[in-house]
Amino acid sequence: MIDMKRFMSGGAAIQPIWVFVIAITIFFSVMSDYFLSLGNLTNILVQTSTIGLIALGMTYVMINGNIDLSVGATLGLAASLSVGLQDYGLTLAVLAAIATGVALGALNGLLVWKTGVNAFIVTLGAMIGVRGLIFVYTEEQSFYASNFAFSDFGASTIGPIPVLAIIFLLCTLVMHLVLKKTGHGRNTFAVGGNPEAALDAGIRIGRNMMINFMIVGFFAALAGVLLATQMGASTPNLGRDYELWTITAVVLGGTKLTGGYGSITGTLGGVLAIGILRNGMNMMQVPAFYVLVILGVILISVLIIDQQINVKSSKGVQA
Amino acid sequence: MNNAATAHASGAPGRGEIPILSLVNITKKFPGVVALNKVSFDVRAGEVHALLGENGAGKSTLMKVLAGKHKPNGGQILLEGEEKVFETPKQAKKSGIVLIHQEQSLVPEMSVAENIFLGSLPKKWGNRVDWKTLHRDSTEILDRLKCSFSSKDMVSDLSIAKKQMVEIARALVFTPKVVVFDEPTASLTDHEKPVLYDIINTLREQGVGIVYISHRMDEIFHLSQRISVLRDGEYNGTVNTADTSEDEVTKLMIGRSLELDHASKPKDFGENMLELRNLTVNGVFEDVSFTIRKGEIVGMYGLVGAGRSEVAETIFGLRKPSGGEILLDGKVESIRSSHDAVVEGIALVPEDRKDQGLILGMNCRDNMTLAGLNTVSSKGFMKAAAEKRVYDKYQQAMKIKTPSWRQKVGNLSGGNQQKIVIGKWLHTHPKLLILDEPTRGIDVGSKAEIHALIKELARTGYAVLVISSEMPEVLGVSNRIVAMYDGRVTAEFDGDAVSEDVLVQAITGQVVASADAPVDRPVA
Repeated sequence: MIDMKRFMSGGAAIQPIWVFVIAITIFFSVMSDYFLSLGNLTNILVQTSTIGLIALGMTYVMINGNIDLSVGATLGLAASLSVGLQDYGLTLAVLAAIATGVALGALNGLLVWKTGVNAFIVTLGAMIGVRGLIFVYTEEQSFYASNFAFSDFGASTIGPIPVLAIIFLLCTLVMHLVLKKTGHGRNTFAVGGNPEAALDAGIRIGRNMMINFMIVGFFAALAGVLLATQMGASTPNLGRDYELWTITAVVLGGTKLTGGYGSITGTLGGVLAIGILRNGMNMMQVPAFYVLVILGVILISVLIIDQQINVKSSKGVQA
Repeated sequence: MNNAATAHASGAPGRGEIPILSLVNITKKFPGVVALNKVSFDVRAGEVHALLGENGAGKSTLMKVLAGKHKPNGGQILLEGEEKVFETPKQAKKSGIVLIHQEQSLVPEMSVAENIFLGSLPKKWGNRVDWKTLHRDSTEILDRLKCSFSSKDMVSDLSIAKKQMVEIARALVFTPKVVVFDEPTASLTDHEKPVLYDIINTLREQGVGIVYISHRMDEIFHLSQRISVLRDGEYNGTVNTADTSEDEVTKLMIGRSLELDHASKPKDFGENMLELRNLTVNGVFEDVSFTIRKGEIVGMYGLVGAGRSEVAETIFGLRKPSGGEILLDGKVESIRSSHDAVVEGIALVPEDRKDQGLILGMNCRDNMTLAGLNTVSSKGFMKAAAEKRVYDKYQQAMKIKTPSWRQKVGNLSGGNQQKIVIGKWLHTHPKLLILDEPTRGIDVGSKAEIHALIKELARTGYAVLVISSEMPEVLGVSNRIVAMYDGRVTAEFDGDAVSEDVLVQAITGQVVASADAPVDRPVA
């Protein structure tokens, strides 16, 4: 029997979401001959990299006890800027897009920090407002990349592995290390676990939260730019619902909405679970609408099971 | 029961000697810990049986076994001579065993009656609430408890003590045979306690068996007929309250007796480390002035609400002063945040360790290093080995009892949790250590250890401010005592020489001194 406490805390033992990922991988490998091919696996990584990148930042924000609903809109704005500003040079366009994401994150963080208004409300407002900004900027037009280097990048590979997949995995590794091994990561857990105690320990909790909002803003913008390279274009509606998929992936990975708990390894599992389910069901030719129904059911089921395990394990030791 | 002291316990009034409830040889193991080792305990109808023990001795675990929250690994529960196995808390409740918690679980926006019958509201005509019956039955229960408020009152309008009565009233719906009170006075003022005592006595007279868990000797001696003691998860004897003394009970608990020990206080003081000059926060406290020297322990004594914690929070940068100065090491400092305070070498062990001092979901090691991450990291990256060294050092120095550094602090006993909070600051090597109610809710043994630790720290050069509302604590550790009343410092005393009644006068407003001429200045 596996030690459930270690199991849940994301310690040395394997996390439940990974059991699920392995299970569905085996299931789809049996059901479809093509599923386990290198081509399809890297395809899944590329498909999930957009949600995945945002989820990395979202994990930090959610461990902080906050949430960011504006990531989908930020992604859309960054995508439009990175394509729309290409006349001024590709580098400038991409940098402007990323800087916009970081700045929007900083603004969210600053508002949450200084006003004390719940992050849900602040970023809900930002989600609506930023989407509005996209329409102001694009005048409801889709943009097409004039610079071919831009759209080539989205399809490029190193060896057999797509560059986008490599970027996603590298970012995952870095974010995992920062969360696990740095003071900033430790403080992120502390602020979400008990803000008062964190304050009492001399941690600058406002600063910590603001940095994490900037991180998620960065990743939302990066995801927007990379998505635009994949499509060679941007549309004003790009990124709608992405905040929900991102939060779903993070929560599937064991991060708690109440803050204080979570891990990048879990989030990676959550992202892959969604990617594999979509890809696998696609391959089994499940109609798209049913895929959504099944994903919804699975999300709730996994969280129920997760909670059951948690209740059991928290009964463990009481002095 | 196998102890001689219990064999012929007499003097318990009420309904005879046959226990209404017996726990026989209860054993409960958790991974790596035997929490209870063949513990036996019984309660008779119509008696208050106090259960005592240091934190971590197993009192709460025993009561959780009784209430069906934990399944024992061995032993029997006999209720009125019949063996019971409780799978869930609900079963225990139905059988007539009720636990009154420290934490309250009432719905504030509902009436008293609705709270009492929550989940079992009387109904008529199918599913309509029968308000008449509800209020009649509630009033009946409230009358039994001699409560002064109405069943129609809103719970949110009640004081903490009255809320606790509602909690007890709720228990009476099930006509309990045994009621367990777990530290019921922890959140009550001295003024509110007699009301609770009355209720307990009323219940007792009605033939209910009462188990009373508390750290406070005066309460236990006031209320109980018998006292049983647990130590390290083992049963350590039962005595009749009438035939024993606080000393004897303390010895049973910790195997030694406690007395005030002025001789062990630190003696060598250096320069002024902290100096407050007319520190004021408008509407909270004003003109607070005192000094603490290196190596000196200053006690700050006063009633709850006198402004003591607020002074500490201001020194620690959590409140903005509206006037006056804070001098550290002879220099005027402006401390605008807790971060500034930590950088300046100020440490605060807060009043409420669970809400302010600890991240309960984090493990012991991570809590311990939290305030000084820069000492265990380089270029932002944590050094696991350095962290472990810090943890091991203070875990051993303070004898913190935990199965491993991975243990979540939420699972530790109060005394051990407090040691973690203190350890959190020690490794930052502060110049000034402020402890706000350092031993609140902590058992006698851990208390003595923490007091010894505070003195030891002062001796190594820390300037220490101890805020407390417990007189023995203030007298036991302080070189000097600053008394506060209603937001002002009323007097300053020599900690070795002051008498208890003078101190009480100073904190109840009977001595009024202006801040610039405090009475009874000690000779430096």
